[in-house]
Amino acid sequence: MMKVAYYPGCSLHSTAREYDISFQLVCRKLGIELQEIPHWVCCGSSPAHVTSHLLSIALPCKNLILAEEMGLDTVVAPCAACFNRLKIAKQEVAEDSKLKKEVEEVLGKPSAGKIEVKHPLQVIIEDVGLKKVEEMARRKLQGLRVASYYGCLLVRPPSVINFDDPEDPQSMDNLVSALGGEALPWAFKTECCGASFSLSETDIVFELSGEILNEALEAGAECILVACPLCQSNLDLRQKGIEKRRGKKFNLPILYFTELLGLALGMSMRQLGLSRHIVNPSKLLERKLAVT
Amino acid sequence: MKCSIASDKFRRKFAEQIEEICGERISLCYQCGKCSAGCPVTYAMDYLPSQITRFAQLGLTDKAMKSSTIWICASCQTCSVRCPRGIDLAKIMDALRILAKRKGIVPKEQIAPLFDGIFLGSIEKYGRLNELSLITKLNMASGRPFKDVSLLPIMLKKGKIKLKPQKSNPGKEVRYLMRKVEKLESK
Repeated sequence: MMKVAYYPGCSLHSTAREYDISFQLVCRKLGIELQEIPHWVCCGSSPAHVTSHLLSIALPCKNLILAEEMGLDTVVAPCAACFNRLKIAKQEVAEDSKLKKEVEEVLGKPSAGKIEVKHPLQVIIEDVGLKKVEEMARRKLQGLRVASYYGCLLVRPPSVINFDDPEDPQSMDNLVSALGGEALPWAFKTECCGASFSLSETDIVFELSGEILNEALEAGAECILVACPLCQSNLDLRQKGIEKRRGKKFNLPILYFTELLGLALGMSMRQLGLSRHIVNPSKLLERKLAVT
Repeated sequence: MKCSIASDKFRRKFAEQIEEICGERISLCYQCGKCSAGCPVTYAMDYLPSQITRFAQLGLTDKAMKSSTIWICASCQTCSVRCPRGIDLAKIMDALRILAKRKGIVPKEQIAPLFDGIFLGSIEKYGRLNELSLITKLNMASGRPFKDVSLLPIMLKKGKIKLKPQKSNPGKEVRYLMRKVEKLESK
């Protein structure tokens, strides 16, 4: 059994509980043991890196040290923003000795250097492998038309992230195809949803997320698949507001890839926490996949 | 547009400050405009991202730091991926925001920096983000007390937001960490 440190981040304990629930269930099924990092703290997200460079590196480093103290060699972070900040902090400290010294002074400990940071998508594609996932699937996705939306921080900057393609990523599409869904080609896979502007500059989110929803619908999508709680929240929670502004109905469920994977592995919507979505996915999933 | 270009020495100093913070060299930019072409939020900016780089090259510090552009940048990094000169422009935007905050020249009408301060205040207190207090405090600070209030019932019902803040056990550790960062940076 593969054992990894788990860094849920703030969102998975609040707005994205269903991502947390579905990821944990999927891991159990696939033979991955998640151990939540005790006393983890916020990664600082965007507010840290636009305020203080040192703070934006020290906060993720604190969590990396905690993870390394667990004696594990991999930490998995499902939030694309946390994942991005942990990866950047690890790389910058490795490459900049002055910064490393400052971080160690702030934390009062030697910085962690060995632990590997991964996103759940990476663990499933690279460590478990699509072949095994396909073999374990008990339910086919029945040609469900899925627009996979990767957003910004899961694939950028490529020099640090080193996973998938920064302009035309394929990993979620490959997962959808392997499970019997239809992975739609579309042009907005990595366009920005407005990210952390959800509360401060909501008009920008309405505009950018509106374009994403529109493109997905035009491409023929029945739902959008995401791997980040900020993307999910902007596309799901703000969808009604966007519909009102654009005078157009979308009614597009925004699913985490772990939820769709969980359904394919035989879990129920209830188990996976799908009732927590604002745009209700149950009608679509009942009709297409005959799930309850 | 009429403006005076700064002296050579001053220009270099500004470029050095930016490089000191983010490690990026603005002198590499040859103004091709690819960053501006791919930026998803130029429609809401007063200057294009490539113009901000040009201001920085010319030592027009005020023009760069007082623009709405640096606060409207969503840190999506599309520019950084596409720059033919390998400049990470998203990092330069960070550096300009950091400098503007240090100098206290953040435009009052910008809400993003208010959000940053309240967010960091929350993790300073709890070690983790407390969404409900973030929304409430931001609404008050930005003079929009009822913004998103209509979303609260459904967020509570769907378990997307909690009345009780989540805490990391040794919450005080983050406060201590932040003090140390401040101390080191003021040196």
